[in-house]
Amino acid sequence: MAIKQLTVFVENRQGALVEITDLFAANHVDMRALSIADTQDFGILRVIVNDTDEALRILRTRGHLMQATDVIAVKISDAPGKLSAALHALNVGGVNVEYLYAFLARTARHAYVVLRVADNAAATAILEEAGFHMVAEEDIKKL
Amino acid sequence: MEKRYYQKEIETMPLSEIRAMQSEKLVKQVQHVWDNCPPYRKMMEEKGVTPADIKGIEDLHKLPFVTKSDLRDTYPYGMLAVPLSDCVRIQSTSGTTGKRVIAYYTQKDIDLWEECCARAIMAVGGTKEDVVQVCYGYGLFTGGPGLNGGSHRVGSLTLPMSSGNTERQIQFMMDLRSTILCCTPSYAAYIGEALKEMGYKPEDNALKAGIFGAEPWTEEMRRDIEKSLGIKAYDIYGLTETSGPGVSFECEEQKGMHINEDHFLAEIIDPETGEVLPEGSRGELVFTSLDKEAFPLLRYRTRDICVLDRTPCSCGRTHVRMSKPMGRSDDMMIIRGVNVFPSQIETVLLNEGYAPNYQIVVDRANNNDTLDVYVELSPEQFTDTVSGVTAREKALAAALRTMLGIGAVVHLVAPKTIARSEGKAVRVIDKRKLHD
Repeated sequence: MAIKQLTVFVENRQGALVEITDLFAANHVDMRALSIADTQDFGILRVIVNDTDEALRILRTRGHLMQATDVIAVKISDAPGKLSAALHALNVGGVNVEYLYAFLARTARHAYVVLRVADNAAATAILEEAGFHMVAEEDIKKL
Repeated sequence: MEKRYYQKEIETMPLSEIRAMQSEKLVKQVQHVWDNCPPYRKMMEEKGVTPADIKGIEDLHKLPFVTKSDLRDTYPYGMLAVPLSDCVRIQSTSGTTGKRVIAYYTQKDIDLWEECCARAIMAVGGTKEDVVQVCYGYGLFTGGPGLNGGSHRVGSLTLPMSSGNTERQIQFMMDLRSTILCCTPSYAAYIGEALKEMGYKPEDNALKAGIFGAEPWTEEMRRDIEKSLGIKAYDIYGLTETSGPGVSFECEEQKGMHINEDHFLAEIIDPETGEVLPEGSRGELVFTSLDKEAFPLLRYRTRDICVLDRTPCSCGRTHVRMSKPMGRSDDMMIIRGVNVFPSQIETVLLNEGYAPNYQIVVDRANNNDTLDVYVELSPEQFTDTVSGVTAREKALAAALRTMLGIGAVVHLVAPKTIARSEGKAVRVIDKRKLHD
């Protein structure tokens, strides 16, 4: 139940990020979740959008360095200890989390956690076994 | 490939006859500059040499050297050896290393230059059936006019594109079915990338060969260009000071450039002492132009470091071959006391799978030289994790340290962020010079 994340190389200079968000805005690409990993030299923007193919096409025409990465997303109740429960399940199952980021739903009392792991299928099985609901690509777009 | 020559008799002349021809021409040329070019006469007088001392090429070493600064100091008319009214054209250097040098040409000078370029085009298989796309700059730069003239003499259909406007270059290349491309190697690489981006495969174009010169390039870059354009890539060498491109050129062997020895007498010297080194030694290339009328050169120091190879070539040409310049005696950088050539850095990048788009920045911090190398990351090399990208930076830094013997800081940057050249690439920015 993998979902597509857009990963974009962002140079570490003033204005580099706004160029990308402006492109999305001008082309009506809606962002669902966003995270940035930064180093001294560059940043890596990870974003989940309503239309991944369109966003890829727009970025490609502007010569941006990017890729579509398969990640998984899990629905978690917005209460203390719930993220820990999911991570415990993965830990016990031997799954290493490369990175993750979370966002809150607008209405329901839920959080969504995007996870990058080596084996999406294994992680999904572990989380479902532990009683968590995975989020499909279509569900994300509907949020 | 069928063996073709523009001037077979000269290009395949036995060495003894070439030597005799060179000696005869040298004696005349020395008399010509003595009589007609006061700065040469003065330099010879200072060295205590007169035309009577030069009886053949064996006496060449007695003549003084001429350097770029001699040519600059006599700007604009000082080195002219014929009446200005006998000249029909000027060309000029780009002035990348200082003040411009103006070169003058009589009609005969132009004819000889164009013949040299015609030899180069035929050596890569060019005929009157070919469509030669010249995207060297036209104007003061010698690249465009030189290959344009050579292509005319071969009788090929010549596309005088000049540099730049890549979209139009590609449109003409595809619509008119260009078969031979002439430009700088960095622009050839750029066109290759642009074609790929536009969705063309290497076999979609009609090109069979490229003649690329005017800037240093490596064997790895040759392979890259050959692959991306689906051609054979040949080197050509020349200097505005000697005429322009065509002083030497590669044949189908792609193993060094045959120097047109009937017009240009080559020597290799020790750049430190000026001593003439035996053929086969690595050193600075020095040219004497044997036929130039308006702007003759006696023992001109090119600053290019290379090796001459006299072993027989299967193409049948008897003229000596020069290696690609391995660096310039004046573009070598001394970083933390170590000699570094940009070509070494380029070799590492290509070996590590990067495109030859890079910039080297040298600076000084806390009295210590710093070396930063900016390299473009390709889409295939990009990963979604920080560790993936930094691991690449570290691997490249380690490879650079192995090659150079000193450490470099590697910065991976997004594609197309390093300025591309349609003329000469600015590969090195040495900020230390600003502090002097």
